[in-house]
Amino acid sequence: MLSITNLQATVADKPILKGLSLSINAGEVHAIMGPNGAGKSTLGYTLAGRPGYEVTGGSVVFDGQDLLALDPHERAAAGLFLGFQYPVEIPGVSNLQFLRESLNAQRKIRGEDPLSGADFLKIARAQADAMGMEMDMLKRPVNVGFSGGEKKRNEMVQMGILNPKLALLDETDSGLDIDALRVVGEGINRIMRKADKAVLLITHYQRLLDYVQPDFVHVLAEGKIVRSGGPDLALELEREGYRELAA
Amino acid sequence: MTDTPIKDAAAHAAAAKVADYEHGWSADIEQEFAPKGLNEDTVRFISAKKNEPEWMLDWRLKAFRLWQTLEAPDWAKLNVPPIDYQDAYYYAAPKAKKKLESLDEVDPEILKVYEKLGIPIEEQKVLAGVEGARKVAVDAVFDSVSVATTFRDELKKAGVIFLSISEAIREYPDLVKKWLGKVVPVRDNYFAALNCAVFSDGTFVYIPEGVRCPMELSTYFRINAENTGQFERTLIVADKGSYVSYLEGCTAPMRDENQLHAAVVELVALDDAEIKYSTVQNWYPGDAEGRGGIYNFVTKRALCQGARSKVSWTQVETGSAITWKYPSCVLNGDDSVGEFYSVAVTNNFQQADTGTKMIHNGKRTRSTIVSKGISAGHSNGTYRGLVRVAPQAEGVRNFTQCDSLLLGNQCGAHTVPYIEVKNPSAQIEHEATTSKISDDQLFYAMQRGLGQEEAVALIVNGFAKEVLQQLPMEFAVEAQKLLGISLEGSVG
Repeated sequence: MLSITNLQATVADKPILKGLSLSINAGEVHAIMGPNGAGKSTLGYTLAGRPGYEVTGGSVVFDGQDLLALDPHERAAAGLFLGFQYPVEIPGVSNLQFLRESLNAQRKIRGEDPLSGADFLKIARAQADAMGMEMDMLKRPVNVGFSGGEKKRNEMVQMGILNPKLALLDETDSGLDIDALRVVGEGINRIMRKADKAVLLITHYQRLLDYVQPDFVHVLAEGKIVRSGGPDLALELEREGYRELAA
Repeated sequence: MTDTPIKDAAAHAAAAKVADYEHGWSADIEQEFAPKGLNEDTVRFISAKKNEPEWMLDWRLKAFRLWQTLEAPDWAKLNVPPIDYQDAYYYAAPKAKKKLESLDEVDPEILKVYEKLGIPIEEQKVLAGVEGARKVAVDAVFDSVSVATTFRDELKKAGVIFLSISEAIREYPDLVKKWLGKVVPVRDNYFAALNCAVFSDGTFVYIPEGVRCPMELSTYFRINAENTGQFERTLIVADKGSYVSYLEGCTAPMRDENQLHAAVVELVALDDAEIKYSTVQNWYPGDAEGRGGIYNFVTKRALCQGARSKVSWTQVETGSAITWKYPSCVLNGDDSVGEFYSVAVTNNFQQADTGTKMIHNGKRTRSTIVSKGISAGHSNGTYRGLVRVAPQAEGVRNFTQCDSLLLGNQCGAHTVPYIEVKNPSAQIEHEATTSKISDDQLFYAMQRGLGQEEAVALIVNGFAKEVLQQLPMEFAVEAQKLLGISLEGSVG
């Protein structure tokens, strides 16, 4: 589904990704772990096409398409979802309006008919229910006045509604208490643990992986994958720390 | 009044030009124009054309003589090029553009905007000035001429007077005489005086005591608003306990060969009456380099004369190269209420200096001001607002919220509040913010699937929401689209 080959990227002319390669197949959950400053968030932003994250080499093929040739919204329409570490507030725009417009914009790019208000509401209600979120929250402006945990939960509701093929989840566990962590973890499994979908968890800690079992774990250090393994690698990292492994 | 206005060769040339347009909408009356330039003869010509009574002509002439002694105001934060008042037409200027055979001849850029606004095709033809489209479109909008008649009948049955101001001057001279120039005096300002002298047409509305106007006075106006833009004159009188909602303007881009616009709008609300006045202004703003565009100098004021009366102004200002406009409320009646909700968008090289005046003369009068300014490109937007509390006005309250949103770093937003309080019991609150659309917000929205311009439109509409929700429903949707369209190309 996703094939990253020798990806190099700079931010403000500073090289951050220095030849990163990674393959993710449908049905798989991968976790990328690494110390602060290794380039974890940069990987998410670069794949999603954030302006200012400049690709200087390498290639990324997503579902048979040259991902790097697409604009950010086209990548979203192709099925790529980025769960933000710090979800952004948009005053005056309700969650429902935001998601309906976003979903219909994606559908338009894919050549699908827009969803009616009623059909959209049905989907939104089901996803909110599944995440234990009141519909009232969906009527409120996007992330405005939400707690850290509510913002992350809202990211999962958005993911459920937009129903992507590939989710890049950037530190989705940060700022969550143990109950919220469980709810978010269950959300990821419910929405994304499917034969035709894949997940890349970007995380600093092992704890989210207790709820979302990765098939593969990779260690990112200094802009490259320095080690890959099974779920045990995460436990080893937790025990030994990054310094030893990255060395 | 019988003076022949055609005195020189230039005027004859203009007459010949007009003859080319004999199939135009208004070409059925001979020599339907005044020659270029502004003098007493121009004023007499206009008055004669409208079959006005003597008192009206006298009023105009007095205004004209006064105007000659006035100076154009220069206190606004606007850079206004010198205007040659002699180099303009003041009545039915010969149209330079030729009649169009079909929509195929219309500038594709304009058609694209019509499409984005979702304007029906027949209505598009009217707006673009396609030959013979008018009748069809009126039929299309009102279903048939008989429906339009029904519409007028319904108003008549309710006792509502809804006429062009010229007709009202002839048919209801006492009502007009009683209020015309009472809210905005002739000598109020340079542009108001000019309007008094040469106003071409406009609207008169009278809602009788206790009547709730049975419909929004808007749908009708949307189609009939062409060709009245330049020196429009509007007078609305809401008698005791009545209510009316009036919408002026159009979301569709309006081109006009006349660069200078100077409208005057006067509203009068008697005891317990309420007037809701909504404006969508989308006159041609000039091109991306700042060439051309309308200069819009408007005087709008409401007199809340009666106790417990209420006037609410809502405006969405996206057009014009220069906007100078301060819809105001004079709150004379005790417990009367004034509201001003405004979204003003400037892009490219547009300049807007707009705001309101809330004059609290009555006891326990209240006012609310919500202003949302959005500046992009090289434009400048200024909010200028006055809240004045007279010494005798006990228990006054005002709340002002003034927010500016910047797109890019070449534009400017300015806030100039004036607060004059002469009674210590007044409670005045003023909040102001300035923010930028952040890269975070844009990227977040784009990551969810919105194109860049869709993302800007969404964020801007969220910013302006408090104001947009004051608009009558059918226009709120179009106004939302309009905000997005006005800001196209302003990011990235």
